[in-house]
Amino acid sequence: MPEAFIFDHVRTPRGRGKADGALHEVSTLALATTALAALKDRNGLDKTNVDDVILGCVDPVGEAGGDIARAAALTAGFGDHVPGIQINRFCASGLDAINFAAAQVMAGQHDLAIGGGVESMSRVGIGASGGAWPVDPSIAIPAWFMPQGISADLIATKYGFSRDDADAYAVSSQQRAAKAWDEGRFAKSMIAVRDVNGLTILDRDEHMRPATDMQSLAALKPAFGKMAEQAGFDVVAIQSHPEIEAVNYVHHAGNSSGIVDGAAAVLIGARDFGLAHGLKPRARIRAFANIGSEPAMMLTGPVDVTRKVLKRAGMTIEDIDLFEVNEAFSSVVLRFAQAFDVDMNKLNVNGGAIAMGHPLGATGAMILGTALDELERTGKSVALITLCIGAGMGTATIIERI
Amino acid sequence: MNLTHFSFSVDEAGLALLTWDMKDRSMNVITQSVMAELDQVIDHVASEASIKGCVITSGKAQFSGGADITMLEASARLYATMVRSDGKDKAMQAFFDSSRSLSLLYRKLETSGKPWVAAIHGLCLGGAFELALACHYRIVSDSDTTRVGLPEIKIGLFPGAGGTQRVARLMQTGDALQMLLKGEQIRAPQAKAMGLVHEIAPQVELVARAKAWIANGGSAVAPWDARDYRAPSGKVFSATGMMIWPAANAIYRRETLDNYPAARAILKVVFDGLQVPMDLALRIESRWFAKILRSPEAAAMIRSLFVSMGELNKGTRRPKDIAPTALKKIGIVGAGFMGASIAYVSANSGLDVVLIDRDQEVAERGKALSHKLMTSQVMKGRASTADRDALLSRIMATSDYAALSDCDLVIEAVFEDRAIKAEVLKNIAAHVGPNTVLASNTSTLPITSLADNTGRPMDFLGIHFFSPVERMLLVEVILGKQTGDRALAVALDFVRALRKTPIVVNDTRGFYANRCVMNYLREGHLMLMEGVPPAMIETVARMSGMPVGPLSLNDEVALDLAWKIVQATKADLGADAIDPSQEKLLDALVNQHGRFGRKNGKGFYDYPEKGNKTLWPGLVDLTAHKLDPDTINIAQLKQRFLVVQALEAARTMEEGVVTDPREADVGSILGFGFAPFTGGTISYIDGMGAAQFVALCDELAALYGPRFAPTAGLRDMAAKGESFYGRFLSKRAAA
Repeated sequence: MPEAFIFDHVRTPRGRGKADGALHEVSTLALATTALAALKDRNGLDKTNVDDVILGCVDPVGEAGGDIARAAALTAGFGDHVPGIQINRFCASGLDAINFAAAQVMAGQHDLAIGGGVESMSRVGIGASGGAWPVDPSIAIPAWFMPQGISADLIATKYGFSRDDADAYAVSSQQRAAKAWDEGRFAKSMIAVRDVNGLTILDRDEHMRPATDMQSLAALKPAFGKMAEQAGFDVVAIQSHPEIEAVNYVHHAGNSSGIVDGAAAVLIGARDFGLAHGLKPRARIRAFANIGSEPAMMLTGPVDVTRKVLKRAGMTIEDIDLFEVNEAFSSVVLRFAQAFDVDMNKLNVNGGAIAMGHPLGATGAMILGTALDELERTGKSVALITLCIGAGMGTATIIERI
Repeated sequence: MNLTHFSFSVDEAGLALLTWDMKDRSMNVITQSVMAELDQVIDHVASEASIKGCVITSGKAQFSGGADITMLEASARLYATMVRSDGKDKAMQAFFDSSRSLSLLYRKLETSGKPWVAAIHGLCLGGAFELALACHYRIVSDSDTTRVGLPEIKIGLFPGAGGTQRVARLMQTGDALQMLLKGEQIRAPQAKAMGLVHEIAPQVELVARAKAWIANGGSAVAPWDARDYRAPSGKVFSATGMMIWPAANAIYRRETLDNYPAARAILKVVFDGLQVPMDLALRIESRWFAKILRSPEAAAMIRSLFVSMGELNKGTRRPKDIAPTALKKIGIVGAGFMGASIAYVSANSGLDVVLIDRDQEVAERGKALSHKLMTSQVMKGRASTADRDALLSRIMATSDYAALSDCDLVIEAVFEDRAIKAEVLKNIAAHVGPNTVLASNTSTLPITSLADNTGRPMDFLGIHFFSPVERMLLVEVILGKQTGDRALAVALDFVRALRKTPIVVNDTRGFYANRCVMNYLREGHLMLMEGVPPAMIETVARMSGMPVGPLSLNDEVALDLAWKIVQATKADLGADAIDPSQEKLLDALVNQHGRFGRKNGKGFYDYPEKGNKTLWPGLVDLTAHKLDPDTINIAQLKQRFLVVQALEAARTMEEGVVTDPREADVGSILGFGFAPFTGGTISYIDGMGAAQFVALCDELAALYGPRFAPTAGLRDMAAKGESFYGRFLSKRAAA
């Protein structure tokens, strides 16, 4: 079987996902185009055939609808012959896009493909694409639907993470992200978003609050408790895990992922084809996996899928030098670390979505790039990237630096 | 037209009046022949050019209670027969077609081109209110007896003749779901506020106003058939819909614990129905109606909560040859909480009450409960101060036993102490007339042993109320060995006067209901000692269908009482009759930690002055083991709660304590809230079949001990492929 290699990775900075965010004036198409065009220009892809462009997007409606990947491939100047496809596996879409691209290369059907993702949460809005899962009684009831924040609080309750635990993790995310920026650790992949004149609109992650400390977080009220009690989700949580007497609401805006805009793209291909076209492999994709997990807790998929992907790769948790576990909520990462007894110095070392934000469809591609850059910076070898996913799923990818 | 259930007339102005008045029934009910006649009338009104429109009203005190439930049952039986004769597909199609015939008839009326008006006085429920909803205009009388509503959910069904779709198109989705899922009877002003009816009028003006609406050009097009119709909550897939539906689904689970397919079907048909035009929406409703009508939950609930409960209420257990007694005055001795509550419900039913205690002050204190309860009714707008005064004037509080002399029935409700009861009963017997029936409200002492104190055991029995008396619908009537038919008849006449449901049981320790409840409580205790997390015990018990977790319930009953009962059982029946693990738990709680239950604010739960109760953190220290919750078989915990009670019910039937499965079932639902969707303790067994129940018992006995061992009677029933109801019905047919 051919192996799939990562040749390059780019991402935009993440703009605050509100009307006053810097990227609110930038369309989904323009965001995706920024990432794709940068990848093309850096790697001379206008002279090399790209077999497919796969972009994750979680709310692919309105301006993000109707196959945004094909539109962006055209506007990025790849030429008429480069197709595009948009996929959606909620929060892991960006990583799944990379895995899909890798799978096509491994299957020998593509030589070179791009996986990535885009989300303009400020313009399209979270949940804009609707869907049966939260509303249709046929699925919402048996799948224990509840908003993700309540599932995150359920995880904290079940596995014993306190408000202080969740806040302390968030403070560390902010501090690590600030340090990573200060030391220029993202510079290799960062592509500024510019206007038609070349003027910079945004060149730095906008959501960060480096001054965050335990005291400032303590001022925030839990975000989900009131809604949970009014809408009955508290009881859904308890009935799904009946050993729990009452949900401990620990999450709030400060220890949950930020709502942001952004895009990312990763160039994947076969080694020989790359080398023949002047592309240097930076990492090998060792294995990837998807899994469905318990839907009420919803966000523990990273634990299940990590077990699966390690088995598939013939590896153990000790073989992993670096973990990127998407910081959807503090409890997601804390549970992952607890389940595998992971050294926190190997986990999300440059911060994550709590500090920098989680542009849903793009995040998977962004954190894979962050892991790759960090392996190269530190000279370490193997990284595992994983994300929790709505409706109870997990996606994971193991990469090995070359 | 040849009409027998209706009279039909048309006035000079071309306004038709259809009056529903079934000759052979006290209440109008929808039957096949009612449907056939209504069909004729719809055609006639539609085709007769001179008729401008039609008013439908009732010739009786009530409009109608809805569809004939036996018609639905017959339809389900026909399906079962057809499956055997014609195969599943054909049978299903025929069943579907027949189960939606009422829905199609109403749709025909709605789209007939002529305006129809429902003029409603009295009860208009279920299928009858669905008829009204299909009319283009609804006027209800301002009478206090007028009620509209769709109560189908209470017997495991949902409105299948357009009710879900029309209600969902008349009001905000959240309000519509609440109405359909609660199934409450709604008074006129509220119905108007909800948009269920258009107009409220004095009863005498109903028809004139209805005709006037037609004469003034009332439209024959339902709102949802108009081109510009928009549902009150807009589209399902919209920002509003995203606010409504996730919460609706969660609240459904909160309220039903996902045990009621009919409730889930209501959500589904409203969700799906609102996304398509009316005719398709009605078809979707019909598809689910046909499915729910065939569900075991509907069959069980119809049988126990409609048919059997109706039969018990009508006095199926009453000795036929004894003339009905019209009770006028009753006596209650013991003005404590139970006695005072019985006094209240009796006076509330129009009976004169003598309430006796050892001195005037204590008796008056008991009477004060009625004042308090009535005041609360007044505050809620459900009664007037005049009602309160009238009720209080019917209760005479006294310490003088001589006041009992002309009572038809005297109930003692004094402290559960054999010596005290003996003295009180002797005292009562000395003061009453020869025709007075005597009763005890004891919940623990055998009736036969108390009877001797009266000197007239023929006239003595147990009348066991459940707390809170004003809310609990069940009354257990306990026959002592020598209780005579007249005493039973009077007791049942009394229960009937209170509009409660009686079950008649034979004398035994704990009678029927409490025996099952004690098993339920013990199962919770034993799970705790096994290391099941206490919160899981409580929540899973409710998920099994019980209204209250066993630990909460025990706190209400009092833990020291549970301890005393265990000790009494040990003393009377020996150490093998109790579970040492349960004894150890209760001993620790009561004797070491002074936790007596809610009454001292400390039980399985802590009861803070403000805020909700929380499980006592010290519970985990009382158990040697702690199980990993993720390894616990939750389905099996649920089974244990229901099986342990059903098995006890089976024992009571085998021992002859309960003689009629209808009483075991209805008694279990009304008395202790046994999972209503199962139809009750005995229907739970019959529903899965004796063989499967025995296998389940054997499995649980192997894992958890001999308390789950099936009885010889159950093994025999399983071997013969028989059921409790099968045996009962064939015995009744033979008699």
